[in-house]
Order: sequence, then structure tokens, then C-alpha cells
Amino acid sequence: METLNVSEEDLKYYAKVHSVESFGAVDGPGIRYVLFLQGCHLQCKYCHNRDTWDMNGGKYKSLDDIYDSILRYKNYIVPNGGVTVSGGEPLLQVKFLIELFTKLKKQKIHTCIDTSGMVSLTDDIKKVLKLTDLVLLDIKHIDDEKCKDLVGRSNKLELEFAKYLSDNNIPVWIRQVLIPGYTDSEEDLLKLKDFLSTLNNVKKVEFLPYHSMGEFKWKELGFKYELEDVRDATSEDVDRAKRTLGI
Amino acid sequence: MKFEQWNGFEKGDWQDEINVRDFIQRNYTPYEGDSSFLAGPTDKTKKLWDEVLELYKKEKEAKGGVLDIDTKTISTVNSHEAGYIDKDLEEIVGLQTDKPLKRAIMPFGGIRIVEKSCEAYDRKVDDEVEEIFHKYRKTHNDGVFSVYTPDIRAARSSHLITGLPDGYGRGRIIGDYRRVALYGIDVLIEEKKKELEVLDVDCLTEDIIREREEISDQIKALNDLKAMAARYGFDISKPATNSKEAVQWLYFGYLGAVKDQNGAAMSIGRTSTFLDIYFERDLQNGTITEEEVQEIMDHFVMKLRLVRFLRTPEYNELFSGDPVWVTESIGGMGIDGRTLVTKNSFRVLHTLENLGPAPEPNLTVLWSTRLPDGFKRYTTDLSIKTSSIQYENDDLMRITLGDDYGIACCVSPMKIGKQMQFFGARANLAKTLLYAINGGRDEVSGKQVTPKFAPITSEYLNYDEVIEKFEQMMDYVAKIYIKALNAIHYMHDKYSYEAIEMALHDREILRTMACGIAGLSVVADSLSAIKYAKVKVIRDETGLAVDYEVEGDFPKFGNDDDRVDQIAVEVVKTFMNKLRRYPTYRNSKHTLSILTITSNVVYGKATGNTPDGRRMGAPFGPGANPLHGRDTNGALAVMNSIAKLPFDSAEDGISYTFSITPKTLGKDEETRITNLVNMLDGYFKQTGHHINVNVFDRSLLIDAMEHPENYPQLTIRVSGYAVNFTKLTREQQLDVINRTIHEKI
Repeated sequence: METLNVSEEDLKYYAKVHSVESFGAVDGPGIRYVLFLQGCHLQCKYCHNRDTWDMNGGKYKSLDDIYDSILRYKNYIVPNGGVTVSGGEPLLQVKFLIELFTKLKKQKIHTCIDTSGMVSLTDDIKKVLKLTDLVLLDIKHIDDEKCKDLVGRSNKLELEFAKYLSDNNIPVWIRQVLIPGYTDSEEDLLKLKDFLSTLNNVKKVEFLPYHSMGEFKWKELGFKYELEDVRDATSEDVDRAKRTLGI
Repeated sequence: MKFEQWNGFEKGDWQDEINVRDFIQRNYTPYEGDSSFLAGPTDKTKKLWDEVLELYKKEKEAKGGVLDIDTKTISTVNSHEAGYIDKDLEEIVGLQTDKPLKRAIMPFGGIRIVEKSCEAYDRKVDDEVEEIFHKYRKTHNDGVFSVYTPDIRAARSSHLITGLPDGYGRGRIIGDYRRVALYGIDVLIEEKKKELEVLDVDCLTEDIIREREEISDQIKALNDLKAMAARYGFDISKPATNSKEAVQWLYFGYLGAVKDQNGAAMSIGRTSTFLDIYFERDLQNGTITEEEVQEIMDHFVMKLRLVRFLRTPEYNELFSGDPVWVTESIGGMGIDGRTLVTKNSFRVLHTLENLGPAPEPNLTVLWSTRLPDGFKRYTTDLSIKTSSIQYENDDLMRITLGDDYGIACCVSPMKIGKQMQFFGARANLAKTLLYAINGGRDEVSGKQVTPKFAPITSEYLNYDEVIEKFEQMMDYVAKIYIKALNAIHYMHDKYSYEAIEMALHDREILRTMACGIAGLSVVADSLSAIKYAKVKVIRDETGLAVDYEVEGDFPKFGNDDDRVDQIAVEVVKTFMNKLRRYPTYRNSKHTLSILTITSNVVYGKATGNTPDGRRMGAPFGPGANPLHGRDTNGALAVMNSIAKLPFDSAEDGISYTFSITPKTLGKDEETRITNLVNMLDGYFKQTGHHINVNVFDRSLLIDAMEHPENYPQLTIRVSGYAVNFTKLTREQQLDVINRTIHEKI
């Protein structure tokens, strides 16, 4: 584990980074600079970024370095895009996000968080959401029991999170990974539809077809991949889910 | 000058002197709309194109992909009888020989290469031709080898300097073919005669004698062009009367060039906006319809797709496929702020839809952030659909080249009719670095290629020591390189002068000595490894460094990391300055390109293990690309790294090949277009110079490799050029597939 010799107070000027994608076109509108933060508290069985879980992994990068690097892409991202922070679970490093987004908003750069929303609504979280132009909210599973089985946690927090975003009028794209046999039953999809109809800030609903391209990462790290026998979702699966939701 | 053919045009200087730019500026109609006005192919076009497709099929089945060769007729501007595909259907006529896809022999560059080519395709050059060129007529190739010095020969055979145009035509000269349409041949001859008068001086120095001879050759070539057109029933002595004639006249000019020269790149210039003026006049007069205009453009482009040269299989390996580089430069902005995009800019691109995608003509969009949105979206949409377009930074080039330049080959900009280049292939800088470490011994053969320099003998490489020796070796390579190029271009001018192309130039022109480098990212990464990691040298029993062990990590080119990117920048500047120290033939201006087509495969093959961990024989990155797999921060980071390379020190072009899968570019069609537009705007604002855009799925390419017969028109762009994927060798295909295809998981 990499250690950082700074005071507790200054930790917010650093992030634990997994990687950077300078050309992201699928995580938010326009061209996105995508910052993948390291560390996640969920255990999604289908995770395609298994290597981002370990809280002790990744590399520390300073706020200034990250900010300077983002500015190098202003020419590409300003017209329609912006910065998306993904992970891992980015909100686990909320103090850093507050600092980064404060700087980005001064540059009028569009900010976006890709999150599970499975965090308590602390003052810090509320503060960063004020600086966030768009939330990509990944609703893991609408059924609480199935959610616990699939990702190891109750969905209570993320549904509250969704409600908070709606109450505070923060734009959101709802996402769900469509996993054959896990998240794609008619019943669950209709339940999801009901829930979404209670929100008034949803700009888009995206189904992300499950794929097994992340499987090798599990094996590389020496973990067993439980969904080995699950097939990839097809575009037909996605169309069917969309029809069920009436989108 | 006064011609009734000019009725309806705005008057200007262009009527008193040869000045095509002035004609364009006074007469063209900028178009800021979208593509909705375009017309599909006519029945005639479809029928004719079907016949061409049938010919393509036969050509592909023939040995080596060569349908037929005229082994007897020495090709010149007016050597062959008129030839047709299907006379009744053709709106625009003219072929290089008497039959479509029949290749001509052009032995003035070198007779042996013609013989070798014929043999490769089971033919034999006519006895009489052989006798003439072996016994009586010296060629460019003979000339060069009669003066080459031992050091040049050594550098050449060890692949330190490679691809030199000493056995083939240099090309990369763009005649201003528009002049034929606007003025007619008689005016052009009169102008050339006036130039001779200027050169009638008291003292005939060698320079003046040469120039007088060249101009008289040019006049002869213009007369030949007239005679060639007459074989097709056209009198091109006067200006073109209407738009169809304008296209035909212009094409005859180009046809003369490709009948006369088997050049490495035979680009056509910047013609579509010029032609738009004629189309607009006819449309205004009501003498033509949009369908008819598109039909003419489709037929014109069809002709450009039929241009063929006789070349050896080795040549095709070096250049990947059978390229002609009929580069047409499209769009851009004028210095007065108006866009140079016209309806005809759309039409020439629209041929990719009417006839299907193709590598030729090499459609090149001169991109400005200020281009009209409709045009930006149309070109990027076509890019996504066909991968057949390359883009170059007009905002960058306009500063020094004005608004009437064109691209020769892939990335070389030149003012049309006012500038030409002496094509210089490239020096292998990765090998140069290895020679620096080994004191001039070749890392593969062990031979002492350069004079003996002191090799590095330490176990670990020291950055400062390596840099010092690398600079010495670069200096040596620059010296030999310029020596070789001076010899080559002296002899090319003497034995294979491009009279018809130069007849369509001003007398006083800028000549550039266009040098090039290969292996830049390998050099940058190697130096970075030496500086930021530890590099241990593995030597054989003779003390030759043959391999390297890298301990630790190091920054790699292509990640927008200044620590290594600045090394690349310094290498470019340093080598450019080394070249500048050596005087050039005809006082040509030194320039440099960072461009390798797919010859990065061939160059890599001849180069041993490098200190960055690259293995012996592995391909280099094409052009200025990072070595594949070394970029880990995504596509824009690569663009930012490449955009740092200074155009001032590489005015002959900096090539970047970008490949992406459709889904990675965006989730739906509209988003993909918008993202590509923003990406291009961003890259060019960063001062990037050139980019090839390939949008394809890896699975599709793998399938195309297995079943080439299903993909006759699959086009991909490889470093400045589009080729038929199925014409690449398996090795090249694998290289393309393994090359960083940006695919986000």
C-alpha cells in the first residue's frame, strides 16, 4: 500500500486513482475526461472493474496534477462534454471531489459523477452534489433481497439517494446493468418503472447490457467469478427491457 | 486575355496572368448548408460502375493483382491510343493506356525495375525496349548509382536510410491541372515562351541552361497533351466552355501526368471548389441539373480510381497495396474569412456513397474549427461510415501556405503551382540510436556500417552519454542522407524530368528537400527508459549490444506526459537542425515529415531489439503514433502527445492514425458525429497536424482477414492513406488489428 505523508486535513488534496480515460464517449454527454477512482465498498458479482475495489490499491495523485491534466483536454470537452468521475465508488473520496469540482465549476466545466448512490447523505455528499451537473445513478437492483444477493448491500441507501436528487432537482441518468436471469425479469423491471415514475429529475434511462469482458480481471486477481455461466445481454434484451419501461 | 468561354465570370488579375487563386476568390460561392441537395447515382453511373467492378474482379483474380501490361509501348503523355471502359456510358474519358487497368511501362526511372515488375507478373519487356534502355538510353536509376558514394551505399543496404526514390519515380509533385481548364493549352504555351524570353540573358550559366532546357521540354509536353486530348476528340487549346469540359480538360492534365510518371504519389491538388464555379455557372444558366453535375463528378472520380502503375511486389510491400495517392484536398477556409467549402466539396465526398468506399482518390479534408457545421457533420458522418477520409489542420497550414495549397501524398502541403518537393523517404532513427550505442556497427549483421565511432561499453546505459553519441550519429546520418538525396534529385531532373507537371507550375517555385524519419516513438521511449528506468545492455561475444533489459517503469510516448513527450520534441528539432547544416540540390528548403505509411512494418523488421523493450523485428508505430499498447490514458492523451511535435520542425507533415470502434465513439449516430466533430476541433486546436480516422469493429477486421472475398471494398486508413484491407499482407493486417484500437470496456 502506498502511503502519503500529509496531514489529515490535507488528504482532501489527493485522490486514490485507478486510471484515466481521456476520451470517454459513453459516460455522460459529449466527450468526457473520465477519472476512475480506486476503492469500492460494494461487491457486485458482475463487476467489470474488479481491480478497482481494493481500498489500498491505486495511486495517489494530487488535486493540482489531476486538475492540470484535465485542463489539457479543455479544447475537446468544453463544447458538449466534461469530466466524469467514476470508479470504484467515487463518493468514497467525497472531500477530494468537493475540491476538484469547485475548481472545475470555476472553469465552467461540466461535472458528472458515476455512482451507486449507496452512501449516507452527509453534509459533504450534499455539498458535492451542489457542484455536480449530472449524476449517473446506477440502480443495482430494485428488489431489496435480490440486491443484497447481487451486490452485498441493501438498496435502501441508493433509493434514498435517488429521492434526494429528485427533491433537489439534480439531473440524473438512471442506469442499470441488464443481467440475464438477475435483473431482467418483467416483474422487477415494472417495479423499477414504478419507482422511476416517482422521480422528477430523470433525463435518461440507460440499460447497460451485461458483458463478460471483466471476467479475466477476477481470475487475474485470483478470485472466483460467480457469473461464469451467465450469457452476455444482447441488444434484443435491451430493447425488451426498454419496452417494458415504456422508453 | 479575352475569351468568350469566360463569359459570366467576375473579371480580375487572373485574366492578365496565370492566377487560378484569383479566379477562385472572385468567382466561387461558399456553401454553408447541409448535404440534403445531393443526388444519387444515375442509371448510367450505376451501369458503368458495375462494369468497373467486373474489371476489378478480373484484376484481383489475375496474378499479383495485375490485369494486363503493355510491355511494348514506352509510356509518355501521348504514347497510347485512346482507351475506354464503355464509350457510350462515359461522361469523362481518358485512360493511361488503350484499355482500362492495363498497366504501362515507364522505363525512364529505371529499366531493371520495369523488367522485374513484368517478370513478377509473368510478362517480358519487349526486346526493342530493353535494347534501347540497356544500350542507348541512360535512366534515373543508372544515373544515381553511377554517382553514389560507398557511405551512401552502406547506409542504404543496412536500412539506416530506406525507401529512397532511386529506383522508382519520386512523385509528390502536383501540377496545377486547373490551369488547363481555365486557360487552355495555347495560353499556357505562350506564358512558357515568355519565360524563355526572361531567360534569354547575356551569360548562359549552368542554371540558366538547365532552366531553358526544362522550359522547352515543358512546351513540348503541353503540345503532347493537346495531341493526346485530340485522340479522344477534344481540342483543349482554348479554355473549357462549360463544366463538363472543365472537368474533362482538368482530367486530361492529370492523365498526362500519370501517363508520363510512375511517381510514388501522384496527387491531383485542390480541384473541387475550382470546378464548383463552372457547375454553378451552368446551374444558373439552366443548362445542367444537379443529377447531371453529380454524374460528371462520379465519372471523374471513377477515372481517378482506375489509375494504375506497374510496380514490383517488394514496392507494394513497402507501400502497402498498390497506392497512387490521388490526393484531393477539400474545404478549408480562405484568408478573407469565407469558407472554401462549396457544394462541389460535398459532391466529391458523396462519391463515397454513390460508388461505395475506396482508398482512391485519397479524400483529404482541410479542417478548420471555423468550417460550416453542415460540412463538418457530413464529413464526419462519412468517416464513420466509410473510414475513407483523412483530415489535416487548415488553421495551422494556412499561416504559412495561404489558402490555395494542396496535400501531396498523405501529409505534405504545398502551394499549388508554386511549390514542389524532392521526396526523400526516410531515415530510420531507431536504428540510428542503436548505431550510436554500437559505434556504427549494425545490431543485426554486426557489420561496421559507418566509420568507427567509440561504442558505449558500460553495463548500464547513461542518459547523457547516450544523448551525446546519438547526436553524433544523427549528424552522420543527416550528412549521408542529404548526400544521397542530392544525387537522387539531380539525376531525376536529368533523366526523368516531370515536364508536364512542371509545365503546370510557375517558373519560380519553392523547392523543398523533404526528408523524413521513422521510429520516433521507439526512440522517445528508449531514451525515456534510459533516463527514468535502468537499462542494462546485453552484448554478444564480439561486444555488440544485441539486447536490453529494462529495470523499472518509465514514461511512454502517447500519454500526454511531458517527461517523454519533450524528448520526442527535442529529437525532431535536433535532427531537423542537423539536416539544415548540409546544403541541398537546387537550394531546396529542408523539411521533415514524421510519416511511415505502413512501411513501419518493413522498417521494424530490419531493426534489432531496442532499449525500450521492443523486440527485434517488431513493427514501429506508424507515423507519429505511439508504439501499440504503450498508450494507457485513452485517445485524447495520444492526440495531445502528438500535437506537441513541432510543425515548424516537421513542415512536411506529422501523421497520426486513429482507430476506434463505433460504440466507443458514442451510443448513437448523432452522438458519434458530434463527438468526432468535437474531437477533431480539439485536436486541431491543440495544433495537431494530421489524423486518419478509422471507425471499425475489431471483429469485422478479423473476419475480413479470414474471408477477404466478402470485403472487396473494406477501406481502412493507415497512416495518411486508405487501402483496401484485403490487399494488405497478413502481417500488415495483424499489425492494424493489434495497433491500438481504442475500445473501452
